[in-house]
Amino acid sequence: MQFPILSVIVFTPIVTGSLILLIPADRKTETRVAALAAGALALALSIWVYFAYDVAAGGYQFVEKYSWLPSLGISYYVGVDGMNAPLLLLTGVVMFTGVLISWGIDDRPREFFAFLFILATGVFGVFVALDLFMLLFFYEIAVFPMYLLISIWGWKVTREYAAMKLTLYLFIGSVVALVGALAMYFVSGMGTFDMIALESAGFSPTFQRIWFPFVFFGFAVLGGIFPFHNWSPDGHVAAPTAVSMFHAGVLMKLGAFAALRVGIMLLPEGAKFHMPWIIILTLVNVVYGAFIASVQSDFKYVIGFSSVSHMGLVTMGFATLNRSGLLGAGLQMFSHGVMTALFFAVVGMVYDQAHTREIPRLGGFRKIMPLVTIAFIIGGLASMGMPGFSGFIAEFPIFMGLWDSNPSQLWISYAWVAIIAAISIVITASYIIRIIGKVFFGEVPEELRGHLHDVSALDKVALVFLSAILVIVGVYPQIMVPLVESGVDNVLRLLGGA
Amino acid sequence: MTLDAAKFLAVLPEILLLVLGGLVLFLDFILPKEQHRLLGWVTAFGMVLVMLFSIPGMPGESTELSWGGMVRHDWLAYTFKMLFIFGAGITALFAMDYREIGERGAFYLLMIISTIGMCFMASAADLVMLYLSIETTSIPLYILAGFIIKDNRSSEAGFKYLLFGAMTSAVMLYGFSLIYGFSGTTDLYQIAENLSIGGVPAAVITGTMLLVLVGFGFKISAVPLHFWAPDIYDGAPTPVAGFLSTASKAAGFAVLVRVFLTVFPQIQLEWGVVLYAISLLTMTVGNLIALAQRNIKRMLAYSSIAHAGYMLIGVVAGTPFGIQSAIFYLIVYLVTNLAAFGIVTATERVVGSSDMSAYYGLSRRSPWLALAMMVAFLSLAGMPPLGGFVAKVFVFAAAIEAGLIPLAVIGVLNSIVGLYYYLTVLKYVYLYRMEGEDEDQHPLPVTSSYRLALVILTFGIILIGTIFGPWFGFADTAAAALF
Repeated sequence: MQFPILSVIVFTPIVTGSLILLIPADRKTETRVAALAAGALALALSIWVYFAYDVAAGGYQFVEKYSWLPSLGISYYVGVDGMNAPLLLLTGVVMFTGVLISWGIDDRPREFFAFLFILATGVFGVFVALDLFMLLFFYEIAVFPMYLLISIWGWKVTREYAAMKLTLYLFIGSVVALVGALAMYFVSGMGTFDMIALESAGFSPTFQRIWFPFVFFGFAVLGGIFPFHNWSPDGHVAAPTAVSMFHAGVLMKLGAFAALRVGIMLLPEGAKFHMPWIIILTLVNVVYGAFIASVQSDFKYVIGFSSVSHMGLVTMGFATLNRSGLLGAGLQMFSHGVMTALFFAVVGMVYDQAHTREIPRLGGFRKIMPLVTIAFIIGGLASMGMPGFSGFIAEFPIFMGLWDSNPSQLWISYAWVAIIAAISIVITASYIIRIIGKVFFGEVPEELRGHLHDVSALDKVALVFLSAILVIVGVYPQIMVPLVESGVDNVLRLLGGA
Repeated sequence: MTLDAAKFLAVLPEILLLVLGGLVLFLDFILPKEQHRLLGWVTAFGMVLVMLFSIPGMPGESTELSWGGMVRHDWLAYTFKMLFIFGAGITALFAMDYREIGERGAFYLLMIISTIGMCFMASAADLVMLYLSIETTSIPLYILAGFIIKDNRSSEAGFKYLLFGAMTSAVMLYGFSLIYGFSGTTDLYQIAENLSIGGVPAAVITGTMLLVLVGFGFKISAVPLHFWAPDIYDGAPTPVAGFLSTASKAAGFAVLVRVFLTVFPQIQLEWGVVLYAISLLTMTVGNLIALAQRNIKRMLAYSSIAHAGYMLIGVVAGTPFGIQSAIFYLIVYLVTNLAAFGIVTATERVVGSSDMSAYYGLSRRSPWLALAMMVAFLSLAGMPPLGGFVAKVFVFAAAIEAGLIPLAVIGVLNSIVGLYYYLTVLKYVYLYRMEGEDEDQHPLPVTSSYRLALVILTFGIILIGTIFGPWFGFADTAAAALF
């Protein structure tokens, strides 16, 4: 038997979280060190899995399967393919940098890291799950710690409201998806939750068309799809920095990924039937998100809405249902995850110094924190889809997929979608450049002078790490593209090679 | 009548409980006054021993009737008996350090007698036995609810419980007498056959079923027979409220599933419809009223009403999987709700109030208690990796399997409402501060008995939620005894 590396990745955070709870409350440094060690271990293992995955062989690798409740066909079944390997890596990256960024948390750090790690286990579990029940189980684990993390350590002004709103939204989404999943389980008549087996269940087109929206939207709520996106900016803004990073960086991908894995892959006929109108929603996501972001005066709201806009590109890539579109979506999930984690980290650092996030009241941070400025500019360029950064590698195939597509009777082509969506790139550029100009360049405002300091060494490590990834993937896309392509093949196999 | 070992094995838990009761009574006489707290330990560990020594009493492959057809020795009965005994043991731990009750032998004795009644409820195979066991369970509970005579609210609770209970059990008894009249037998497993031979019209049987349901509905606090629950949970000593909301409710469910599936199979469609409506109302009313509560015991009372509604979903489905999931839900609910009431008891002991504001800043006053509370409340809300999640998934799955998709959807919507108020309590615990923000000055000591019980329950909730195979297996064999 091979070494159960995926299980170790999944359970490292929650085991560490439980152990951290046993450390006395006043031993805060030990708590942080333990958390960092767990983060480093999870990161190292996920990097190892990422590079050890054999692209040539394809398919699911590092598979582990143990029966959990045999009488109902529930098993603990995990594996990695080209679609989720980058997401596993992403989670490792965000978890590690999240711990670094959260070093300064002084109010009950023990509970903070414990809850954050429960969340991380949920996220890892969903990404590697090959069993539908297991996927739902871990999905819910990833939802509830958010409530506590946001309401306890969040921004005092809106945290209670935002935390409750977010939790209820996501919970509603997940239980709707749950009902759909149970319907699949019983209708298939196979008595198993094994998703690979369910792929060949042969659901009737009518069944697929009825249930696809439940499953897809149930999960896509967490992916921030319009019109169910509005928990997300509030949630991002209210959350403490590390949680925003986790949330926008990883959790939103969780929704998109589950919508792909369960919605599109298990109900492909339903996907083909509904996607031509869902693509309009994603278009609204992309363009409307960008416009709203551009008129915000709160730094964090800008980033929050830009996440909505960028996640729209992911679902738009799914909606094309063709090779380029799905490839782009897969890459965008990773690229946006790293990029937005970087953005939220920067926002947190600026806020910690200035105690305000109002863009008009900030300025001149270039002189105080030069490294942060560079990191933000790198993230900004990636976000605009500039060649040489990961954003380009991700967004370009999505637009290509739109041109390529030959969708349905409803639309002759998605070319017009591509043209409208391209506007968002311009808008993105406008608000990113405005922030760079206003917040980082210019003069330090009167009232902030004298009490601004550069960030700590740990924060710098986190920033360098995140920006390096954006650049590496941008200049050397071969590190990721073939892998994701092999994952896309797996999806296309079910879509009938469309 | 010959005496043989099998007969005694069928009622082994009851016999052992009686021995334990005698021991408690004896110790109550001989122990000096200041050592009466020991009685709690004796009861709790006694319950553990009762569970261990009952193992030879496990039913075999075939179920058998004994004691002249009064008692049925099957897995359904055995599983429920173990649940009741577990619940009673934990309640003894919670009662030990509770003012006015922990040091009085009568309290433990009454609880043991009530548990014996519950055990007979689960195994009763005859109408007469059933009624006797229900009364054996209820009468000690009336006294326990009003145990603190000096406290007006407790006396009021006891009296109210007595009135409600007497009224509903009279209606139920009338239903029993009609059943006997129509079928000419009191043997539960003979009635259905006699009714169909006698050609009794379905409408008449349905009417009788409704009368019987009044008594059972009271026990499980289903709408519209739920009005007693909030007042009595609020007024009764908190450990007793915990016992009422778990073991007593489980006993109600045990007789409900047995009687409805064996006595009324020919009108399954009719009672299915009635229970459908009751389940829907129970969930919805319970959850909606719970939203508005400012007292945690009343909130838990309404939440326990709502949970009865979720369990009924499985019964409405009426399939083996449905009953299985309802029993599994009960196991989870018993462990979880005992924990919730235990935490309330532990807090109330020190703070002296069960208002929500008493919970402000709890996580700073006692991080462990707060953590246990989080586990219990999130399990009630149905979050993994805690038991409540799996239990909810199974009852909803049972509804979908039986084609009751609207009921499943309403259940799902209800669980969202539930999540809201459970999270609100956790918000008070973790986020809000005490007045003056000086939690360090107000520690919340938790005595050893509470610690032991809460550790067992918290681990139990996580264990059932993650390794649910064996527990589901118990529910499976128990449900199989009915089909």
